[in-house]
Amino acid sequence: MTIQNTSRRDFIIKGSIAGGGLMLGIGALPEFALAQSGGAYDQNSPMKTGEPEINAWVSIKPDDTVYIRIARSEMGQGTRTGLAQLVTEELECNWKKVKTQSATPGQSLARKRVWGEHGTGGSRGIRISEDYVRRGAAAARIMLVQAAANQWNVPVTELKVDKGVITHVPTGRKTTYGKVAELASTLTPPDPQSITLKDPRKWTVAGQPYARIDTANKVNGTKVYGADLQMPGMLCASVKSCPVFGGKIVSYDEAKVKNLRGVKGVVQIDDATVAVVADTWWRANTALNALPIVWNEGKASNVSQGDIDQMLRAGLDEQGDFWQRKVGDAPEVINSSAKKVEAIYYTPYRAHVTMEPMNATVKISGDRAEAWVPTQNGEGSHAALSEATGIPLANCEVYKLDSGCGLGRRGSTQDFVTYAAKVAMKFPGVPVKVLWSREEDMTHDYYHPIAMAKMSAGLDAGGNVTGMHIKVAGQSINATLAPSAIKDGKDERQLQGLYEKGPDAQLGYTFPALLTEYVMKNTHVPVGPWRGVNTNQNGIFMECFMDECAKAAGKDPVKFRQAVMQSHPKHLGVLNAAAQKANWDKPLPAGTYRGVAQFMGYASYSACVAEVSVDGNVVHVKRLVFALNSGHVVNPYLTREQIEGSVAMALGAIFNPEITVENGRIKQQNLDSYPMIKLASTPRIETVLVPTYDFWGGVGEPTICVVGPAVANAISAAIGRPVRNFPLYKEGLSLA
Amino acid sequence: MQLNINGQIHNVDVEPNMPLLWAIREVIGLTGTKYGCGVAQCGACTVYMNGEPVRSCSVPVSAVGATKITTIESLSKDNSHPVQKAWIALDVPQCGYCQSGQVMAAAALLKRTPKPTDADIDNAMSNICRCGTYQKIRDGIHVASGQKTLAEVLAQYQASPATRG
Repeated sequence: MTIQNTSRRDFIIKGSIAGGGLMLGIGALPEFALAQSGGAYDQNSPMKTGEPEINAWVSIKPDDTVYIRIARSEMGQGTRTGLAQLVTEELECNWKKVKTQSATPGQSLARKRVWGEHGTGGSRGIRISEDYVRRGAAAARIMLVQAAANQWNVPVTELKVDKGVITHVPTGRKTTYGKVAELASTLTPPDPQSITLKDPRKWTVAGQPYARIDTANKVNGTKVYGADLQMPGMLCASVKSCPVFGGKIVSYDEAKVKNLRGVKGVVQIDDATVAVVADTWWRANTALNALPIVWNEGKASNVSQGDIDQMLRAGLDEQGDFWQRKVGDAPEVINSSAKKVEAIYYTPYRAHVTMEPMNATVKISGDRAEAWVPTQNGEGSHAALSEATGIPLANCEVYKLDSGCGLGRRGSTQDFVTYAAKVAMKFPGVPVKVLWSREEDMTHDYYHPIAMAKMSAGLDAGGNVTGMHIKVAGQSINATLAPSAIKDGKDERQLQGLYEKGPDAQLGYTFPALLTEYVMKNTHVPVGPWRGVNTNQNGIFMECFMDECAKAAGKDPVKFRQAVMQSHPKHLGVLNAAAQKANWDKPLPAGTYRGVAQFMGYASYSACVAEVSVDGNVVHVKRLVFALNSGHVVNPYLTREQIEGSVAMALGAIFNPEITVENGRIKQQNLDSYPMIKLASTPRIETVLVPTYDFWGGVGEPTICVVGPAVANAISAAIGRPVRNFPLYKEGLSLA
Repeated sequence: MQLNINGQIHNVDVEPNMPLLWAIREVIGLTGTKYGCGVAQCGACTVYMNGEPVRSCSVPVSAVGATKITTIESLSKDNSHPVQKAWIALDVPQCGYCQSGQVMAAAALLKRTPKPTDADIDNAMSNICRCGTYQKIRDGIHVASGQKTLAEVLAQYQASPATRG
């Protein structure tokens, strides 16, 4: 097999290697190569510089193939398909002829960020870009129709368009987008703000349960992930950082590994990280494991989980200026109430465990750097590449590859790009793939932050809430990733879902008195966003405690909530929808119990009803019913898949063993000590979508935070005592 | 040594302790078989040895001998295996990284048990999917085994074959 460099980024594959495998990779994955392998067109092929186009969003070929440019990353959440549906809706092209391309950060920079943000996190992929993407598509439609009118010399008002076919109504004359595309591209684009977009209630392409545009090559092994890249002359590296965060390398003995088969060298990436480079990754990793390294583990090497837990627990009793929201004097009101309810909750560190471990491939040729990387933030990868190499941004390019899971790990932290860039700098002209072992990936994550909460409420004689005091103690994501966002020691982000106001994560209850406090307790363990971020623990704290209050009040958990939700119609709407779908008011078979939760995150409203039975200490989760109001629904089928997907991660988070710290390092190294939920434990999941068509909410993350509390509340109902310590083995429980 | 992969004999010059996974991926060049954990927990590396699913990350090439290895690339030439067809029709994969292994595990189950019960599916499908596609995997096996129609399953999600675009 030979691969020839025919241009800067496009390589052509000739022949195939023995065994029928194809060496794929490098910039544009050639379409014919994928066809040869039985795979479909790769929907993630980067667009080419200078390609003819109607505008930045749409390029139409003479054969009527429509290429829609997508700037957001795809990691299975379906944003590519959803954005393509939105474009098709406004463009009125033929869906069967739609293909997508990936807009690259380098081209975006050169074109003054014409595609806007590339970042794909916070369930923002569609909701933040829908407006300008739809306007871009509508502008292209207007130009195409105008081009036909110009060509025929007829008024544009006499034309209609359907699935990319333009008809002159009076004469019946027809043409297609492909035939007028070239002329259209020469016209002056309309002012995007002058365009009236379609009413989402009247959508015919968007809003439909269309099939994903990119499934075919995921079922036959031909989809190329970053970990799979193979390029001519490529070297592979495995990395190891000091097991204790904050520790440093003292020395390593390169001589012990440099003669091992395939090894090309050892590269110190920074003061805490070393890489072994070899002809294949397995050889690199094997040599890395054999490399004697002396670490100075630093001052955190005596910190263990008990110390961290103790610090958080102490934080719950600290007095100080921690408040972020205050309505009346909640502590005083609670103390003078007829009944006082109190509970302390604990939620642990969690690792992301993207199925595809962290990786990036970088090639540095002279003054130019290129990276091929599964990333949630192409522009972040671009910046990291430039910063690591010292090569100006204009001379850097990033080819985003679809990620084998993102889950928040591949966005705001770009350590994988930095590492690959640093190693590639030692091998000029050679593509270097840096792939982390699962062990390295698990022990050098940016973990879901650990948190505790002390919840207190007062009830009057009628069982009504008089006051609520929420006191959270835990680690701050901003302290790790964005310290400047912390003002006077206060970090609102950690109280996601408990905010007074919308539009993103508003508390759905109105209490006569309320005090919300956050006591920041940082450790040496880096933390970051993890699907659902801080709604995960805050949803558990709030919603498990609401059930404890309901029980103390002798009230039904749904009715108890409804009473304090009258000023929150959208929160109430999903609660009622889930309760109705789950037949909340109808009795269950003996031994089966229900629990409920509602919460808001990512501008969407979620509720869940769980049905469980508990057999001894073993919990069977039998059924989960969700209601989601995401404002609009671009693809109901894929929206449901995101909800189904959130279940595995959320159930794992409340049942499976957690990430812990021992002698400064992460104790769990791989999936044998940090297991994942499997199919057999997954309950039946039913979803009711209740969009109100008056806002744009996210879909990927919102529902994850209601799974845990709904299941926990059902368990509490079953066993007759509250569960407060997560994961639930700490309560003596396991998942069937 | 020689490896029989997808019906072809490959002469490979590798260390005997190299896991079969890495010989397949990095020496033979078939990257459909994925690395997920390296300790036989996740199943992303599932291949068949003489027709039986194994986790290739934990099989040294020295243990392979004349065993016939089958990888995802040879399950069908054109996505025509019933599991592949059901997977596409239902959009089972999300990110897709684990799905080579899931498809191989499901196809092996159907070969062994053409009409698997839900308990059979629970027992056989121990591969990890971090996107949480488990419900769709179960649906996919129901359809691939002919125990449910595509229309029946899609109807559960308020969709039909005609509304899928």
